[in-house]
Amino acid sequence: MKFSESWLREWVSPSIDTAELVAQLTMAGLEVDAVDAVAPAFDGVVVGEIGAVDPHPNADKLRVCQVTGAAGETVQVVCGAPNARQGLKVPFATVGATLPGDMKIRKAKLRDVESFGMLCGQDEIGLGGDGSGLWELPSDAPAGADLRDYLSLNDQLIEVDLTPNRGDCLSIRGLAREVGVLNTVAVAGPSLDPVSATVDDHLPVVLDASAACPRYVGRVIRGVNLAAPSPLWLQEKLRRSGIRSIDPVVDVTNYVMLELGQPMHAFDLATLDGGIRVRMAEQGESLELLDGSKATLNDDTLVIADHQKPLAIAGIMGGKLSAVTADTRDIFLESAYFDPLAIAGRPRNYGLHTDSSHRFERGVDWQLQSLAIERATALLLNIVGGQAGPVTVAESEAHLPRSGEVRLTRRKLQQQLSLSLDAGLVSGMLQRLGLEILAEDEDGWRCRVPSWRFDIAIEVDLIEEVARIYGYNRLPTATISASLPIEVCRETRTGLSLLRQQLVARGYREAITYCFVDPDVQKHLLPDIEGVALANPIASDMSVMRTTLWSGLLPAVRRNLNRQQSRVRIFESGLSFMPEAGGVKQESMIAGAVTGTRLPERWSNPRDLVDFFDIKSDVEALLKQNHVFDQYRFVPAAHPALHPGQCAAIERNGEPVGYIGLLHPRVQKLLDISQPVYVFELALGAVVEGELPAFRGVSRFPEVRRDLAVIVDRDLSASTLCETIREAAGCYLVDLKIFDVYQGKGVEINRKSIAVGLTFRESSRTLTEEEITVAVDQVVSAIKEQHSASLRG
Amino acid sequence: METLELLAREAQQAIEQAQDLAALDQVRVEYLGKKGRLTDLLKGLGKLSAEERPAAGAKINEVKEQLQSQINRHRTDLENADLEARLASEALDVTLPGRGEDSGGLHLITHTMERIESFFSRVGYSVEEGPEIEDDYHNFEALNIPSHHPARAMHDTFYVTENTVLRTHTSPVQIRTMKTQEPPIRIICPGRVYRCDSDLTHTPMFHQVEGLVVDRDVSMADLRGTIDQFLKAFFEADLPVRFRPSYFPFTEPSAEVDIQCTNCRGAGCRICKNTGWLEVMGCGMVHPNVFGHCGIDAEKYSGFAFGMGVERLAMLRYGVNDLRLFFDNEIQFLKQF
Repeated sequence: MKFSESWLREWVSPSIDTAELVAQLTMAGLEVDAVDAVAPAFDGVVVGEIGAVDPHPNADKLRVCQVTGAAGETVQVVCGAPNARQGLKVPFATVGATLPGDMKIRKAKLRDVESFGMLCGQDEIGLGGDGSGLWELPSDAPAGADLRDYLSLNDQLIEVDLTPNRGDCLSIRGLAREVGVLNTVAVAGPSLDPVSATVDDHLPVVLDASAACPRYVGRVIRGVNLAAPSPLWLQEKLRRSGIRSIDPVVDVTNYVMLELGQPMHAFDLATLDGGIRVRMAEQGESLELLDGSKATLNDDTLVIADHQKPLAIAGIMGGKLSAVTADTRDIFLESAYFDPLAIAGRPRNYGLHTDSSHRFERGVDWQLQSLAIERATALLLNIVGGQAGPVTVAESEAHLPRSGEVRLTRRKLQQQLSLSLDAGLVSGMLQRLGLEILAEDEDGWRCRVPSWRFDIAIEVDLIEEVARIYGYNRLPTATISASLPIEVCRETRTGLSLLRQQLVARGYREAITYCFVDPDVQKHLLPDIEGVALANPIASDMSVMRTTLWSGLLPAVRRNLNRQQSRVRIFESGLSFMPEAGGVKQESMIAGAVTGTRLPERWSNPRDLVDFFDIKSDVEALLKQNHVFDQYRFVPAAHPALHPGQCAAIERNGEPVGYIGLLHPRVQKLLDISQPVYVFELALGAVVEGELPAFRGVSRFPEVRRDLAVIVDRDLSASTLCETIREAAGCYLVDLKIFDVYQGKGVEINRKSIAVGLTFRESSRTLTEEEITVAVDQVVSAIKEQHSASLRG
Repeated sequence: METLELLAREAQQAIEQAQDLAALDQVRVEYLGKKGRLTDLLKGLGKLSAEERPAAGAKINEVKEQLQSQINRHRTDLENADLEARLASEALDVTLPGRGEDSGGLHLITHTMERIESFFSRVGYSVEEGPEIEDDYHNFEALNIPSHHPARAMHDTFYVTENTVLRTHTSPVQIRTMKTQEPPIRIICPGRVYRCDSDLTHTPMFHQVEGLVVDRDVSMADLRGTIDQFLKAFFEADLPVRFRPSYFPFTEPSAEVDIQCTNCRGAGCRICKNTGWLEVMGCGMVHPNVFGHCGIDAEKYSGFAFGMGVERLAMLRYGVNDLRLFFDNEIQFLKQF
């Protein structure tokens, strides 16, 4: 809601300055968004009256005007505006004036003719306009008057950002009421006396949907003259509230809406057939609207219709056919109350948002309709003439809102605010807010809610009003106190925080990417899964929920590579959104992506590129946090996004918990990533649960190590070999290391050499040479038998 | 005896002139070794008479001991010199950077959320989380925002289906908690939230931390105290904090919380739009209708809730001047924190 301070002060004028007024509104919950001067700084501009106009002797486009300005003095002014003519009143910047932009007006000679000042267009004094010529002021403008005084330009535009509960403040009247309460001063508006009918004409009104429209007030005005524009004061008030002047009828309805808060509409009476019917639209019915668009109506939409056709979408926008035009002679004025629920949401369904719908959605004072139509009638008769018919009121008593009653107890007030307020103070606040106190006793108050407050229904609503008027910042503060029992905290559960720290310690930086991703990226990663699509995405490359965190991480890697970061190590944790029968599985994941050199570029670090086993060690570090590492297996697997030979499914006790691998070179190319990227992703839920570490005792007896270099088939996985060794080695084996893997010269083409170190120990004695030899022999024969392994010479 | 003195002088010179341990050892062998010249003198004692022998022997032995200790001293000196030379040769440029991996870092948003969590968990709040694709009921209905409520327009909701949305706030977690836990409740709910809005000051995804306290006799004073203490702790400064009446469907009374502008200290600047204040949080007393949806007796209990935008707080705390940097994930930005 935008308004000018001077208009507000016509209603209520506390003795505080603009800054204080603005601060007061903000701190009362009517947040002031902006305060701007109505006009930029200028001075020395008066109302000038053009007398004789003569052609310029030396220029076709210039004319020499005699202008009467300050103190009745007439001076000569050269002017190039096409609309300069005798008798016109215009803004006149006299010699010595300063125009916006610090432009000084001096005596000048234009093509050898002297000029004493400048005649101005609206734009030249910073008041809008289209620069088409001189600003034509009303003929009754007093020549010589200072323009700032004449137009009340020493005024401020105040814009309040109202919360949706305060529809009652979408008018000067409502704002004035608040200012009155805050300053304890009287509020007085213009007279709203009824205008008596001078003609009998009226239009019958039928309420077919009286729940949605329980009151409709109408009036015929005959013989209006729309030839003249609205008076300047009206245009200016509208302009300062951000509304363009259209014609006097529309301007008056807008004015009453701004002044009182009642949106109104005027129909061209000649276009109405029979009478007014307020009804629900028929499904599919169409209506051409004032803005020229064509709406196909739904049956949840209230319309104003005549006996043949819909005329307007009730409370939202009028129709083109029935609109008032320059030729209109007779009008039908509408002032109605629509149930907010009957309007809410509809404007958006039609892609509309109007000053009217904005108010009706939030609730318009349901006692205001007759007052508003009288006010509009009085203004119209003044401006466009004509004769008013009687006011027609159609209403459904049963469907009109009831004045709610709300009880406020002192006990609750004191408890909620931690403050005991004087009863008289509270009563005064309530009354000034327009609440009628029906009863007051020791326990509290029983109040009737005014018809303009749609946001007061229960006790806490009144508590808020009292707190708000009293001042939130004057209320006491306290430190909360409570019992603080020590809660059980499961040690075997590894927190996400610990996992993050592991990755951070290993050189990863955490990224946070959008959960909605580019379907074109995701289809390369998990082509068989259709991600959950948003109904209203903000862009097509942010339209599908990620099914894997890689969908966000890989573009982030690409972005960094494109920004000259050749080494990237990032991770992210968050939800993935997997479609599943009857819904979406929202699962916490942790994922990483790594590219570039193994170590940061530095004098002492090798330049090797990162490989599968680097990232595997990072993942192992995560899996080792909660002492169940032996439950995990890395199983060779296929994944559409990963290199078929460098991809593993990670399983815990046979259940899949994630993937690790090299991004498939084809996918890498499709994603336009310039170098190989290794990725991993783990389902957090499957890896956080662990066990307490189990104590095993510390042996004081020596351990014995035996190394074996075995040649096996290239396809034999190290983990299978190790399992065989562990099984065969018996209970004294305490550690098994793979300390070398070799393929190439000296080893057959389909074979590889794996060197393992076996460590044996017993906790209660020294093992004998014989025991160890037996164990090693068992190992050798088991791997020979099961994997056709041979010992390397 | 002249021979002995001569020999001693000669030996002393030889010791002094030995440049390294090997040379010194040679000297030792030459004079004191089994076939050394001093040893020869000792052997020659047999030729002397029994009367002369003790005195001469003693003299030779005295010289021998002197030489031995001179050799020892000189050896220590040479060894020290050797060690020093080796140490000098082993000197490193200790200003060169260390070897291996550098540590990475948490995202500033995560860091800020963890910090906020720590303030509250220290005073007995627990951390609760919930789904990000939410149903209409938990995101709106139960929070006293029925369909067609004008407040829905404040939310710019992303829809998945007609009845499921990307949560527009973390408040649904409060609903889920109140439905399953008995008061007293003290929780905070951090997480990602979504609004269909994208410009210089809005990203379509951002982070919130909300808090909820439900107990007997919780008052606005408790709310004000909690918020005030939190903000002062977060900014580690005695910042003026003010509460401004506002509107949220799920709280009544409701307030916006402003802090004095951290940039201009209240004098007025571009960042605070010359007001001297910055809006940082929303809060209020839990609306009885919300309690009603969650089966909590509003006569018996009262509560407060608050919510803050993590990006906003992080920007103010660390001076980040562009919201979008948080989600560009450029190393250049990430590595600053």
